[in-house]
Amino acid sequence: MISIRNLAVNLGQFQLTDITLDIKENEFFVLMGPTGAGKSVLLEAIAGLVTVSSGSIKLGTQEISNLPPEKRGISIVYQDYALFPHLTVQKNIFYGLRFHRSSRDNSVSRIRNLIDILALEPLLGRFPGTLSGGEQQRVALARALAIDPAVLLLDEPLAALDPRFREDLRQHLKTLHQNTLTTFFMVTHDFAEAIALAGRAAVMNHGCLEQVGTIREIFQQPASPFVADFVGMKNLYAARFSGTLAIIDGISLELGHPSASSTGYVAIRPEDIVLSQEPLVSSIQNSLNGTVKAVQPLGFHYEIEILVKNLPFKVLITKQALFDLQLHEGSETVVSFKATAVHQLAGAPA
Amino acid sequence: MRLTKKEPFFWVTLSCGLVILAFILLPLVEMVTAPSAAVLKETIQDKEVLQSIWLSLYTAGAAALISVIIGTPFAYLLARTTFPGKNLVEAIIDIPIIIPHPVVGIALLSIAGRNYWLGRVFNALGIRIMGSVTGIIMVLTFVGLPFYLNAAKEGFTSISPRLESVSRSLGASQVSTFFHITLPLAWRSILIGIVMCSARAISEFGAVVIIAYHPMIAPVLIYERFESMGLKYSQPVAVWLVCLCLLLFLLLRVLTLHQKRSA
Repeated sequence: MISIRNLAVNLGQFQLTDITLDIKENEFFVLMGPTGAGKSVLLEAIAGLVTVSSGSIKLGTQEISNLPPEKRGISIVYQDYALFPHLTVQKNIFYGLRFHRSSRDNSVSRIRNLIDILALEPLLGRFPGTLSGGEQQRVALARALAIDPAVLLLDEPLAALDPRFREDLRQHLKTLHQNTLTTFFMVTHDFAEAIALAGRAAVMNHGCLEQVGTIREIFQQPASPFVADFVGMKNLYAARFSGTLAIIDGISLELGHPSASSTGYVAIRPEDIVLSQEPLVSSIQNSLNGTVKAVQPLGFHYEIEILVKNLPFKVLITKQALFDLQLHEGSETVVSFKATAVHQLAGAPA
Repeated sequence: MRLTKKEPFFWVTLSCGLVILAFILLPLVEMVTAPSAAVLKETIQDKEVLQSIWLSLYTAGAAALISVIIGTPFAYLLARTTFPGKNLVEAIIDIPIIIPHPVVGIALLSIAGRNYWLGRVFNALGIRIMGSVTGIIMVLTFVGLPFYLNAAKEGFTSISPRLESVSRSLGASQVSTFFHITLPLAWRSILIGIVMCSARAISEFGAVVIIAYHPMIAPVLIYERFESMGLKYSQPVAVWLVCLCLLLFLLLRVLTLHQKRSA
C-alpha cells in the first residue's frame, strides 16, 4: 500500500535518514518514538507537507513523493485538531468534497455515515471554538475521512484530550478503521494506545527507524537496546480474564481487581518481578515456579529469561542478586510479583 | 504590580495622562469649534474645497488599493517563509515610515525625471508624474504601503500553517487554500491594513507638495489658504479634513476592538 524506500528529509538541524517502511492496505500502523525522534516529520513527508531530499514514497504503484499534498489522497489529523475556525462543523466536514470529483451522492451518504458513527449530528451548526477537545477531534476525524482518503495520518490524535475522552475516541478510531478501507497511520507515544489499536508498529529514534514489526515483536523481541529500553514493558501477554484472574496459556495471574473485559493484554515490567529460591512468605499474590533459560548481562543489570511452563518472563536483577541466588541456565527459581504490577491493557487486535 | 490610589506614583502617572490627553485634544477641539456652522457649510459648498477633499479621498483610496493588490502576496510570503536577509527586507519596507516627507518627494522625483531612464520610459508612455494625479497616487502608495504590509503580514502570521496544511491534504490547491482559508481568517488584519494605509496617505503633505502642488489635495489646499489668506480661511477646510480622518480612525478602532473581543 505505502512503500517508502530510503527516504531522507533534511530540515537543517533535523534529518530523517534512510527510512524504509511498508504499510499494508487497510492496516492500522503505529509509529512510536520519543519526542523529537522525527515521527511528525515522517508523517508530513508522507502527506507532502515537507520536502523530501531523496528516496521514494509509493502509494500502491504510484510514486507520490513529487506530488503536491492535494494530489495524494492522504488526509492528516493533528493533535491540535486544526479545524477551520471560520467554518461551521458541517462546513468543516464537507470542506474537502468540492475538490474531489467523486460522485456527490456517494460522498454525501458516506459522510452521513461518518457523522452517525462519530455522533456529530447535534454539532453540525456550531463553530469549532465552542466545542470540547473530544468533539473537535471527532470533527477533525470526520473531515479527514470525508474525502475517502487512501491513507489517514494521525499525529498523536489523542494526546491533547482528557483521559475520559481519550478512551471514547480510541473506540471511535477502532470503529472507523473497521468501517473504512482507509489505511491508518498513527503517531503516538502511548503504548496502551498502540496495543489497543495497531497490528504493526515501528519505533523511531533520531530520525531513523529502529524496528518495524508486530506490536508483540516490538515488545517481546526488541531489535535494538534502544527499543528494549523504550518499550520497557517486555513481558506482554495476550490473556483471558476471569474474575480477578488473567489466564495466559493455562497460567493464572492475580490482577487484584475484576476485569471489565473478557480478553486483552497484560504487561509486567521486568524490574517489578522478584526472584527467590523458595516461595516468599509475603503479601505478594503471584508466585510461580520456573526455570532459567538465559542470563543476559546489560551493564549494571542482568536480564534473566525464565520459563514458567512455556511462558517466558524477562526479569531485571542486579549483579549482586545474580550472585546471591546463584542463577545460571537451567536453575530452578521462583518468580513473584504483586497483583498491582500486572498492567491490564485494553482491547486486543487479532 | 498594581497601582493604588495611596501611592504618590499613581498620581504622577495620572497627571501625565491628563497632560497628554489635553495636549492632543485642546488644539483639535479649538480648531474644530472655531469656525461657525455657517462658515463650515459655506466651505463645503466651495467647489475648490470639495474637489480637493474628493481628490484626497480618491488618491488615498487608490494608494490603498494598489497596496492591497501588490502588498497582499508579498505580506503572505514574508509571513510564511524565512530566508537569508529577511530582516534586511523588512527593514527596507519600513524605510518610507522613517524618512522625512519632503525627502520622499525628492527621491521619487529623481527617478521620475527626464534624467533617469525610468522617467524617460514614463515619458515615452505618456505617463506624467510631476503635477499629476498619477504622481500623487505614487507618493501616497510609497508612504502608505509599509502600514498595509505590516498589518497584513501580522494577520497572516497569526494563522496556523497547519490549517493550510490540512486544507491542502483535503484536496485544495495552494491558491484555493489561500482564498478559502487564509484570506477569510486574515480579512480583519487586511481591513486594518487598508484603513492604516489610507489614513497615512490622506494625511501626507510634505511629499505631495514636491511632486504635485496642483491638482491640490486637501492638505495642500489648507496650506495654500493659510499662506495666502490666513488662519481663519484654512481652518474650515482643516475641520472637514479632520472629520474625514477621524472617521477612518473610528473605523480602525471599531475593527481592532472587535478583534480583541473575538480573540
